[in-house]
Amino acid sequence: MTKYILIGVVIALMVFAVASGRLSGASFGTWIAAMLTLAIFSFLYKDNPIYKFAEHIFIGLSAGYFVALEYWNVFVPNLWNPLLESFRTVSPSGLMLLVPFALGLLLFARFFPKIAWLSRWSMAAMIGSYAGLAIIGALQGDLLAQIRANMIPFLSPGSLTGLKAAAGGNAFFFAILEVLRNPLIVIGLLVTLVYFFFSREHKGGLGAVSRVGVWFLMISFGASFGYTVMSRVSLLIGRLHFLMSDWLGIIH
Amino acid sequence: MAISPACARVSLRCLRTACGVRQLSRFLLSFGFVLFLIWFALFHVTSPALASVVLETADRPDDDGTALRLMWRGDLAEGDSLVISRAAYPDTAFSPVATVDAMRAGYTDQGLSRKITYVYKVEAAGGRTVLSEPVSPSASFLNTSRLVMLAILALYFISVLIYIKLAAGGREFFVRRISGLNAMEEAIGRATEMGRPVLYVPGIDDLNNIQTIASMVILGDVARMTASYETPIVVPVCKPFVVPVAEEAVKQGFMNAGRPELYNPDNVRYLSDEQFAFTAGVNGIMLREKTAANIYMGSFFAESLILAETGFSTGAIQIAGTANIHQLPFFVAACDYALIGEELYAASAYLSKEPKLLGTLKASDVAKVIIMVLLTAGCIAESLGLTAFAELFTAR
Repeated sequence: MTKYILIGVVIALMVFAVASGRLSGASFGTWIAAMLTLAIFSFLYKDNPIYKFAEHIFIGLSAGYFVALEYWNVFVPNLWNPLLESFRTVSPSGLMLLVPFALGLLLFARFFPKIAWLSRWSMAAMIGSYAGLAIIGALQGDLLAQIRANMIPFLSPGSLTGLKAAAGGNAFFFAILEVLRNPLIVIGLLVTLVYFFFSREHKGGLGAVSRVGVWFLMISFGASFGYTVMSRVSLLIGRLHFLMSDWLGIIH
Repeated sequence: MAISPACARVSLRCLRTACGVRQLSRFLLSFGFVLFLIWFALFHVTSPALASVVLETADRPDDDGTALRLMWRGDLAEGDSLVISRAAYPDTAFSPVATVDAMRAGYTDQGLSRKITYVYKVEAAGGRTVLSEPVSPSASFLNTSRLVMLAILALYFISVLIYIKLAAGGREFFVRRISGLNAMEEAIGRATEMGRPVLYVPGIDDLNNIQTIASMVILGDVARMTASYETPIVVPVCKPFVVPVAEEAVKQGFMNAGRPELYNPDNVRYLSDEQFAFTAGVNGIMLREKTAANIYMGSFFAESLILAETGFSTGAIQIAGTANIHQLPFFVAACDYALIGEELYAASAYLSKEPKLLGTLKASDVAKVIIMVLLTAGCIAESLGLTAFAELFTAR
């Protein structure tokens, strides 16, 4: 139902804008962008040729754009230009770039079935170096940082004093939450880790603890869901604002 | 006593010569003194305001020899700014590096070369300067601030190697049942009954993401199942580098099922690097090819809900798995089964029974137990006011 209302509102606004002559100020580029936005929105009704047309343009354009982007932003400045420079200055260290150049060329071996296996060397070098680089970042940025952040006192300092001070007052409920904050974080983390323990069947005591871990996960997912939906709505608002402001000129 | 004219002339010449020598030596002395004063003023005398300021330079420890630290202390007022300039010693052509607040404890100059000796000039308002001693950056063999990380990595890798060795030696390791995986065969069976293809989306990230690599292992197993049921599989890919790996995984899966002739190169399709163009393309595949089972395994971002919602609207069975915690809620809400976080990695070990993956999974479980013990110890220490233990884990 909502989608029909939305489509109806957009059509009504278009009719209004055309009738009042507001569309005359919109540039050609804005017109194209607005039409493609509406074509993508038409998917809300159902799959249709207009959506299909916009989808194909979107995919084709982005594929072409990324080829150009990778060529000018990655290949030329990181490999081609330094390689030419090292040839010019006969720099042995610069000539080391021939190794990644050769590995890159080997990727194209996939087009020739007889030597297609050569491309696996490039893939192996790539996955190996990616994994090696990623592990330090993951360990330092995620694991260690999270371990440190969760080493907290079981009771946050001053929370019990705050509870006593708030006894009987309006802030009593929040004082209780403050007392419970650190124990909930610590217990929640430990029981969630138990859920991700794969070496034992989750039965008996381990099963009970892991079920509590799942509750913690689901509650955090619920909070995250609500938060992210809000941000998605803001994306929709941004697009509608473009249509009504840049294109239709209804709002300024 | 009478002096002959000749003698007088000689005496006068001698006197003149002596005077000339004296004048010359006096001139040379004066000139030398002036030169000394200029040299001293240039290199040793600082302005009265900076005369009491001490500038120290030192190599930045625990780095690759590309930075130097400058520290100053002394008579500096709040609000003063210092212009730091650098020259490659013995050259004295200084070029400015930064302008900083004088109240800062110091400045780290980065992007230097180990092969060059540097000298710094710090200049306050009014052209008052102080020069540093020449100094060169040097590289450290070991980053001592990351010793804890090294110890953790070493322990982890040792346990991984031990468990891989045990698994390769035939030791059976138990891996608990993962409900989402059991549903996979059911979903593929349903697609077979309906005569429709299976859609497998390996996320939108590149091969540098370990989730994509885990997804490739699962893809191999899904391809094996689809080949054994003679059900078509469609694998849309977002990153070009993932294409050859996905092709290999699908081809291997078909070979494992004993049906290599069923492999179709068009099974794996590169769509676009652009996130939402890729999403639009996958949505199109779902609607036009009417996939009956949609499996999303890998690294997903904002497109997760769009994909899962479209799949839901087509009535397909949907199974998803990702370690991107912000996207998990959408998969949990819109899919029939979801692999949560590390279950994605466990799934690849569970399905393949590969010793390397099983060994890694077991080592991860051991690591989790150690982390739980460390966390509990850290919380007790923090509760007792002992912060030194937790500081060991501060990322540097």
